[in-house]
Amino acid sequence: MSHSAARGVAATRRYGPSGLLTLPALIFFGVFAVAPLFVALYLSFTEWSGLGTPRFVGLKNWASLFTSSGTWNSMLLTLKLMVVTWLIQTPISLLLGVFLSGKQRYREIFAVVYFVPLLLSSAAIAIAFRNLLDPNFGLFTLPGLEFLHRNWLGDPELAFTAIAAIIAWQFIPLHTLLYQGGARQVPQSLYEAAAIDGAGLMRQFFSITLPQLRYTIVTSSTLMLVGALTYFDIIYILTQGGPSDSTRILPLDMYLTGFVSNKMGLASAIAILLVVVGMVLSLTITKLSGFTRMESQMEGE
Amino acid sequence: MTSSASVGAPAKILTSGSGGAPHRSRGRRTHPNVLGGFGSVIWLAIVVIPLYWIVITSFRTQSGFFSENPLIPPAEPTLANYQLVLENDFWRYLLNSLIVTGVAVALILVVGFLFAYTIARTTNKKTRALFNVMLIGLAIPLQATIIPVYLMIVKARLYDNLIAIILPSVAFALPITVLILVNFLRDIPNSLYEAALIDGATEWQIIRRLAFPLAKPAIVTVAIYNGLNVWNGFLFPLILTQSPEIRVLPLALTSYQGLFSINVPAVLAAVVLSSLPIIALYVVGRRQLVAGMTAGFGK
Repeated sequence: MSHSAARGVAATRRYGPSGLLTLPALIFFGVFAVAPLFVALYLSFTEWSGLGTPRFVGLKNWASLFTSSGTWNSMLLTLKLMVVTWLIQTPISLLLGVFLSGKQRYREIFAVVYFVPLLLSSAAIAIAFRNLLDPNFGLFTLPGLEFLHRNWLGDPELAFTAIAAIIAWQFIPLHTLLYQGGARQVPQSLYEAAAIDGAGLMRQFFSITLPQLRYTIVTSSTLMLVGALTYFDIIYILTQGGPSDSTRILPLDMYLTGFVSNKMGLASAIAILLVVVGMVLSLTITKLSGFTRMESQMEGE
Repeated sequence: MTSSASVGAPAKILTSGSGGAPHRSRGRRTHPNVLGGFGSVIWLAIVVIPLYWIVITSFRTQSGFFSENPLIPPAEPTLANYQLVLENDFWRYLLNSLIVTGVAVALILVVGFLFAYTIARTTNKKTRALFNVMLIGLAIPLQATIIPVYLMIVKARLYDNLIAIILPSVAFALPITVLILVNFLRDIPNSLYEAALIDGATEWQIIRRLAFPLAKPAIVTVAIYNGLNVWNGFLFPLILTQSPEIRVLPLALTSYQGLFSINVPAVLAAVVLSSLPIIALYVVGRRQLVAGMTAGFGK
């Protein structure tokens, strides 16, 4: 007994800390992140209103998931939001990031202001824009802004655009920050060599900056695309998925199905769908871009 | 009065924060970047105009809001809207947010650090494999687990309790926290640990007196990143709490919207007040805050 205890101490000494120190983190993570995934998978095969006991119904939820027009609408909207927000955010944040990577004093001042939206909660941004876009007394009632004076959040044709624009307003600063960091790591010698060869700013941007930023582009794009699966707060506050489901992307669909329509089983199926789509998306981007190769290279250094 | 405050603040940040940056010029450019300058000014306007509108409107009287030009500062600025927000339980919501964020960040740091330290120091393959398990968590969207988490919180009789927000928030913060801390702790030379062991330090003493102080920069980053996430978190409070007494700030904003309705200046005063703590942090430590915000994917 005492012998083995002594050996245990010696082993600790030689092999570093006891594995037991990992337990608190593993418990938190296991209970609140991993276990819920399995519970959600189980619930997706049940019918459950949130009260009482879940009743096993086999594949019923999954069948209705793939046959209901509502889910397909949500999936298409999610995809559309993914593409649209990527298309808006990437060029703007890339150009702004490269621009801010310059060390001119006024660019520093710009950067200070640019990053302010990052500090606000989604709830604060959503509440603010809800009032700003109000067709009766919002900002666009201003004379001269008639072309913007529309019922942005109440019109099914416009709500999606408004949401995408507000999401861009919130997240472009973050991606600008990533691109700024990336652009600052581009070796200065490359630009100096190009300048000696007579390459102009445009040429330098396309031949040096853009290729050098490829890993930043991958990181930022992954965050944007996978992030589109998680936009909830903004849309929940601005439109609740409406009007006429025109902004009901998957996370909203899950919430409304589960906590408003009280179909927790079906909502769990949507949740699992979200996880699967997210994982497939991350893995695909990683594979296509050879990102893992780069990471392992970095580790090898 | 308002506009001068909003112009003055960034200038102050600059003078206090930009001293240590290495100066680097971008090559020898003969022509200024006109296109870039133009575009950046447009974006500046897109960022500033809504913020400016929020701030000046929060100082308007309600009648001023309906009659005045929305972009011109109020003719008779008033603090009544702020007073109204403060009188409607703002301090309680602020306190709730502080408790949730404070406790969650403390738990994240302690639990995450113990895990990361063990991973960084162990030679046991099985223990090291736990790191990869934890990293899977980076790909789990928090939304996808909300129904089971709700179920568990109700079963554990924690529903409508600040603890209900704290527990899952900690769990979802751990993967990124551990990733950042492990990367940092691995760079601490082994000879330091060996020297401490020879001096007869226990594992616990090494953690407290050596590893934790050395990892301080990474810990600050992690604390900021997670603190912001928890502070701004909306879904867990929305689903796991109900009573006004335990409302946190993001959720309170939606209730202020309901309470004040078309008293838009009051709603916007709530938006400003709820954002002030983080803005204050930005003014005090802009560089660290910005570094913390891109933690984990900044490289």
